[in-house]
Amino acid sequence: MNNIVAANKIETNKISQIFADKKAFIAFLTAGDPSLAKTEEFILAMDAAGADLIEIGIPFSDPIAEGPVIEAANERALSASTTTDKIFAMVARIREKSTIPLVFLTYMNPIFVYGTERFFSACEKAGINGVIIPDLPFEEKGEVREAAKSHGLDVITLIAPTSQDRIQMLAKEATGFIYLVSSMGVTGVRSEIKTDLAAIIADIRQVTQTPVAVGFGIATPEQATTISQLADGVIVGSAIVRIIAEHGAAATAPLSDYVHMMKAALV
Amino acid sequence: MSKGKYGIHGGQYTPETLMNAIIEVEKAYEHYKNDPAFQAELTELLNDYAGRPSRLYYAKKMTADLGGAKIYLKREDLNHTGSHKINNVLGQALLAKKMGKTRLIAETGAGQHGVATATAAALMGFECEIFMGKEDTDRQALNVFRMELLGAKVHVVTSGTMTLKDAVNETFREWTTRVDDTHYVLGSVMGPHPFPEMVRDFQSVISKEARAQILEKEGRLPSAVIACVGGGSNAIGAFYNFIPDAEVRLIGCEAAGKGVDTALHAATIAKGSLGIFHGMKSYFCQDEYGQIAPVYSISAGLDYPGIGPEHAHLHDTKRAEYVPITDDEAVAAFEYLSRTEGIIPAIESAHAIAHAMVLAPTMRKDEIIIVNVSGRGDKDVAAIARYKGENIYE
Repeated sequence: MNNIVAANKIETNKISQIFADKKAFIAFLTAGDPSLAKTEEFILAMDAAGADLIEIGIPFSDPIAEGPVIEAANERALSASTTTDKIFAMVARIREKSTIPLVFLTYMNPIFVYGTERFFSACEKAGINGVIIPDLPFEEKGEVREAAKSHGLDVITLIAPTSQDRIQMLAKEATGFIYLVSSMGVTGVRSEIKTDLAAIIADIRQVTQTPVAVGFGIATPEQATTISQLADGVIVGSAIVRIIAEHGAAATAPLSDYVHMMKAALV
Repeated sequence: MSKGKYGIHGGQYTPETLMNAIIEVEKAYEHYKNDPAFQAELTELLNDYAGRPSRLYYAKKMTADLGGAKIYLKREDLNHTGSHKINNVLGQALLAKKMGKTRLIAETGAGQHGVATATAAALMGFECEIFMGKEDTDRQALNVFRMELLGAKVHVVTSGTMTLKDAVNETFREWTTRVDDTHYVLGSVMGPHPFPEMVRDFQSVISKEARAQILEKEGRLPSAVIACVGGGSNAIGAFYNFIPDAEVRLIGCEAAGKGVDTALHAATIAKGSLGIFHGMKSYFCQDEYGQIAPVYSISAGLDYPGIGPEHAHLHDTKRAEYVPITDDEAVAAFEYLSRTEGIIPAIESAHAIAHAMVLAPTMRKDEIIIVNVSGRGDKDVAAIARYKGENIYE
């Protein structure tokens, strides 16, 4: 375990490496849904099935960027008494068995109230490589910038269909990968993605080579194929959380099958 | 970089998807707040449509009964739609019109802000959708019908605690889905910049009038201004123009529900801690992991786990004081004002009345208290009857 943690510290930017020679499949799930023991098992199974990076949601009482599927997962996880400290302990257990890059997705309040410096220090210690904070825009990034940097974590930059004239400002300081939000609205499965992603990616490419992964609304292998022709990676959240909601503690095998299928669809 | 700061509070903690929409509001507001034509149009709406200026009424019987300071009531309950909420809504709706928006969305707790928004939408020809927690649509059923009567669509929010906080979440989610033609009429001095500042400016008409009215009637300033605080829009409106008058005490009354030593309260200043939520850094009722606490108050309008950033700063700097008022105290004040002055206040405003009842007898007879009666209590009559054990339904 110590070797893995040590290796993790040296490769501070191990996130962008997953995009080096292939398209990446990024899987999201909410920690503690239905239990932390199961989350640990799901993450290891998705790693074995070909996922390149796992986003671990730290549940929050009021996830304003989430649609109903992930919102319900947050409620289930909190009802199961999931806490940030218990999630750190779970990550440390995963790190004994896997080197897959891990990023946390959570809101600003759980980080701020835990203590921003204390949070990032615990992330480094547990082996977390980055964080995604949906309610922390570029203008407020100063809230975490120093703490994240000093503990070697990437703060993932989000770019939205409405970012327009902000794209280059946002992309310029992006590290790890850029999370390109495919559609307006909250997270959730969509039958169609109408945003001109190619144009946004072209704007991003003018200022950075940081890889771009697209998320929000992607569920099917067909969508994954289409998106991976444009972007460096595909992020799937609600579709995975829906499998967990449906199968509960028995979701390991269906998750594994799903990740296999999606990874195979990337071009 | 960070804008809209009040000391350490405030800011713009909002998803990237909304940033350009918020910046658009900010730029439009910066422009129109200094535009005399916009201000003239707003003043005309406030006066001829909403019925401003609202009266500053000397509560003679209440004063005599309590036997201390002279009590004046700022009658925001007499505004069209029955509360101070219309002041902000007319301002934001007019701004949305100038911005070319065609659709208004808003959260509501007690229903007062929803009714005001639906009213402005009807007046100015906007599509309108209101988000209201299920707890609140149950306890304020008449206001739901009122909004529908005005042409608004009311969405019942069943997520989380199904109250004001969840209605705010859902309205933000809706705005994220559709920003091009839609303006979010935030109802309080909360959320990301520019909302706390813009809503405060629109509500500051309360203290602008009250200050001039009391100087005209009494030739001196009050010793204290008292208002109830949920997010804090009527309170900041009542306080704002008195802030430079150091001799005027500014007192906000928070909802203590069943008591601040129970889990059932919404007393953010008394029991909350620093956090970042709903677009702002401020004080929130929350646990050690930053999970927002389920709060409680008999008053749907004060049933909110946070407080506007400017209030948090007024608390930090000790320029304003914040006191918790329980359900029982508020209900007693609700009945007291009804019987003593023939004015049925909103249960929210009754929290401010309750503190005036405690404070006035401790003050000299030549001192003055202004209490902001932020809304009228018709909407609460059935709920208060039930609280008293009567089996009355709307």
